Amino acid sequence: MSAPREDIPIGADEDVVRVRQIVRSFAQRAKLSLVDQTKLVTATSELARNTLTYGGGGTAVVELLGEGRRQGVRASFQDEGPGIPDLTLALTDGWTSGRGMGLGLSGARRLVDEFDLDSEVGRGTTVTVVKWSR
Amino acid sequence: MSAVERIPILKIGDVLLASIQVDLQDRDVLALQEDLAEKITATGAHGVVLDISAVDIVDSFIGRMFATIASTSRLFDAHTVVVGMRPAVAITLVELGLTLGEVRTALDLEKGLAILAELGERAPR
Amino acid sequence: MTIETGRPDNLAELLRAGAPALSARWVELVAAPLRGRVSAPELERELTELYAAVLAGVESGSRDVQAAPYAETRALLSDLSRRRARAGFTPTETAIGVFALKQALFELVDRAEVDGSLGDVAAFSLLLDNLGLLTFETYAKAREEVIDEQAEQLLELTTPVVKLWDGVLAVPLVGTLDSARTQVVMEKLLEALVSTGAAHAIIDITGVLAVDTQVAQHLLKTVMAARLMGAECTISGIRPHIAQTIVGLGIEFGDITTKASLADALRHALRRSGVDVVAAQRGR
Repeated sequence: MSAPREDIPIGADEDVVRVRQIVRSFAQRAKLSLVDQTKLVTATSELARNTLTYGGGGTAVVELLGEGRRQGVRASFQDEGPGIPDLTLALTDGWTSGRGMGLGLSGARRLVDEFDLDSEVGRGTTVTVVKWSR
Repeated sequence: MSAVERIPILKIGDVLLASIQVDLQDRDVLALQEDLAEKITATGAHGVVLDISAVDIVDSFIGRMFATIASTSRLFDAHTVVVGMRPAVAITLVELGLTLGEVRTALDLEKGLAILAELGERAPR
Repeated sequence: MTIETGRPDNLAELLRAGAPALSARWVELVAAPLRGRVSAPELERELTELYAAVLAGVESGSRDVQAAPYAETRALLSDLSRRRARAGFTPTETAIGVFALKQALFELVDRAEVDGSLGDVAAFSLLLDNLGLLTFETYAKAREEVIDEQAEQLLELTTPVVKLWDGVLAVPLVGTLDSARTQVVMEKLLEALVSTGAAHAIIDITGVLAVDTQVAQHLLKTVMAARLMGAECTISGIRPHIAQTIVGLGIEFGDITTKASLADALRHALRRSGVDVVAAQRGR
């Protein structure tokens, strides 16, 4: 049996909304509390917008995780954009290179249980987040 | 591309009320900002109420819209109150580190209108 | 887990032929240690159903309990062990439900009432061992669920949100605050603000023995979240040594209203909502 998973191309504004809706339904299936659902959906909304704005579009992969008795949702955002030259700076509150408030990456990291950022200048960026049920 | 979702803006007395019922795309957010600015100048309204009781997520983009609407309204001598924020949304915004600037908030529409009335009295024109 | 004996056995025939005697003896063996805590008709119904399912599985030729032909057996067994676990039966009393069938078969073969080879008995024994393991797993899982539920109930019980006045809510916190409990309080209080429309909330920590950084942060976040929703939240009853801890941890309470006692906090909330408390003039 393969784990439930969904791939969502991110190429336009409305895809950000689709990511939110699909992540929400996965979060409900993983039995996350309402607050945790909201945190995860908000984090993925930030990340999907980053993929669109800075990465020039890409793909989101949403998966349901099961580990023992706890369940979780993993969402991964991949683009082939310019990449992030300074990861530490990008994760600092208030730092922004675009139209946001500079809370996108650092804020998203505070909303999830696991956060992984992988970026190479000229090759693209992949951000993966996980939220577990309590 | 789907069409821009126009959020209806109602006028109650000298207050404009926008009730957000849909999952907002970024361009809907921008459209609402423009529509409200236009409507404030056209009607001379002195208050704006954004009802978000049906909104289940507010990210930094939407949060920034509240702040922008509030500061734009101030230019036209109008105050902005955001009403009906859900607990889960509030907790998430705190965690996200988002502050809403000069946006006032109230638990519900009634309390929001009361705040606007009070602000109006304090600064008679 | 795959259990293949490699050669065909007569297990299906054996179980079919021995059915009445086997299942009767099975019920008897299971009933003894349960001492009437499960009624006889109920037990008989449960085990007859299970017997039919096991037989159907065996008849398929597969000896792998994880395979599709045993789906029904697995479902019935997890159901049964979950019920036992919730009803407070011991693991032994639960597992006997499976292992007793083994004994029933041994007895029958031993008395030559049914015709079974050593291979058949061994194959059946392996099969039942695996079903037994399955029982344990479900049993343990169900017990863990029970523990989780109790922990949650306890959490609910220890964090009541009370109404002090029209538009003023309070949560009196008592005991040790951990991160999980503080989070529950936070959510409950904010939910209550919405459902009651109260614009003032008081978190009273007079009864709290200690706070750590995380808990202090959660309290702060609650106050900030309440403010975002349009309500004012006061923290009252901070003991001197907790105040020292908070300062020592370098946590900024900033512009958050704190009051020495719950009474002070209530007075503050009332004043903010336009109510003044004055002593009535007596003896007129």
